[in-house]
Amino acid sequence: MKPAPFEYEAPSSVEEALRLLADPAIETSLLAGGQSLVPALNMRLARPERLVDLGRIEGLDAIRDENGALCIGAMATKRSIERSALVAQKQPLLHEATGHIAHPQIRNRGTLGGSMAHADPAAEYPAVAVALDAEFRVIGPSGERRIAAADFFVTYLTTALAEDEILLEVTFPERPAGEGVGFAEICRRHGDFAMAGAAATARLEAGRYQDARIVLFGVDATPVRALSQEERLRGEVPSEALHAEVAAAIGAGLEEPPGDQHASPEFRRQLARTVSKRALEAAVARAAKA
Amino acid sequence: MSPTRIPVRLRVNGRPAEGLAEPRTSLVDFLRDELDLTGTHVGCEHGVCGLCTVRVDGVAVRGCLMLAVQADGAEILTVEGLASPDGKLHPLQEAFAEEHGLQCGFCTPGFLMALHELIDDEPNPSEEQIRDVLGGQLCRCTGYAGILRAVQSAFAKLGASPSTESGA
Repeated sequence: MKPAPFEYEAPSSVEEALRLLADPAIETSLLAGGQSLVPALNMRLARPERLVDLGRIEGLDAIRDENGALCIGAMATKRSIERSALVAQKQPLLHEATGHIAHPQIRNRGTLGGSMAHADPAAEYPAVAVALDAEFRVIGPSGERRIAAADFFVTYLTTALAEDEILLEVTFPERPAGEGVGFAEICRRHGDFAMAGAAATARLEAGRYQDARIVLFGVDATPVRALSQEERLRGEVPSEALHAEVAAAIGAGLEEPPGDQHASPEFRRQLARTVSKRALEAAVARAAKA
Repeated sequence: MSPTRIPVRLRVNGRPAEGLAEPRTSLVDFLRDELDLTGTHVGCEHGVCGLCTVRVDGVAVRGCLMLAVQADGAEILTVEGLASPDGKLHPLQEAFAEEHGLQCGFCTPGFLMALHELIDDEPNPSEEQIRDVLGGQLCRCTGYAGILRAVQSAFAKLGASPSTESGA
């Protein structure tokens, strides 16, 4: 289908974009890479009166190192993240997850900020942001503020961004030495939306878990952190049996996995178990053994 | 709401082009309806099938998920720009013909443009890289075995003569 008519503005500065966004007389959507919004427009699931395109604003797509933290502009494409040696070196989990998002033809346009602000429950980046304690730098009419990843994803397709705010940048804090990361997802076909996925980090000390983190996606309205199982792992010696137990508890502990034509809620519980175990095992295998 | 048409100026296949587009007009509809470049096809119109793939400033994108107004000032390469001016097909096109990479041909322009980017980016792609690109393009009648053979054959040909002949 074709979209319903809308007006279009392509401001050249963040200030101008904020001014356009603040106009209460016209329902406005921000356009980033358009790889989620434009399908919604084409299917008329979204019918904004005006689009404000962020694509003509200089400087919103930078990928930079700031005192060890990795700062990525909201308009950086997934392709640029996938190809960034800095990302691969400093944030291997983010790098690995990027390769699972759709196809190169979509990653060429789709942006980090667009995925975060869209907050699809089956998307990879929100879960990675929660796993890595990312911080969201946003700007509104009264200035800038920072939102922790744990507070950013509110519910299905809903973030803590106010209607008059724009996401500028996402900061990924420097990772501790010796940390291993793992990522796993299960889709009908590579590049499809995941039916379930998991991102994990792990650190070992004297052969025992110093800490671990497991964040699932596709199994609830927002990324789900497996807090109680993370706690349980601390101080334990990694083993097949332990990981199987933890993964089973994660699957069983999900509140209400969604059911659709791709997977029933019960099947999603099983998938959650599988991806949790895979991601955790990958993380442990890569963690420094010292 | 008035359907104001906005001037869009860009370069297509090495030549300047311009036309008018409503904000809601997709790049692929603009190419087809306004610039009469009907080689790029329209399929699902929500980014899944990849029929409308064209190269914009060098990268392969979905023509249905980009607005024409977003492409203002861009350099576009469409399937019409692959062959040499004398009509000689691009090695990728030749390989599709030789290896039965197409049956009805409706999806072919999208495949060609997505793969054309891969050729420029990766002289020696792994099978995984090829599959990653092919996975983003749907074919419903040829089957992918012939297409994969065509890609491998094209890369073999290009290895013998590294020039990609035409293109962005």
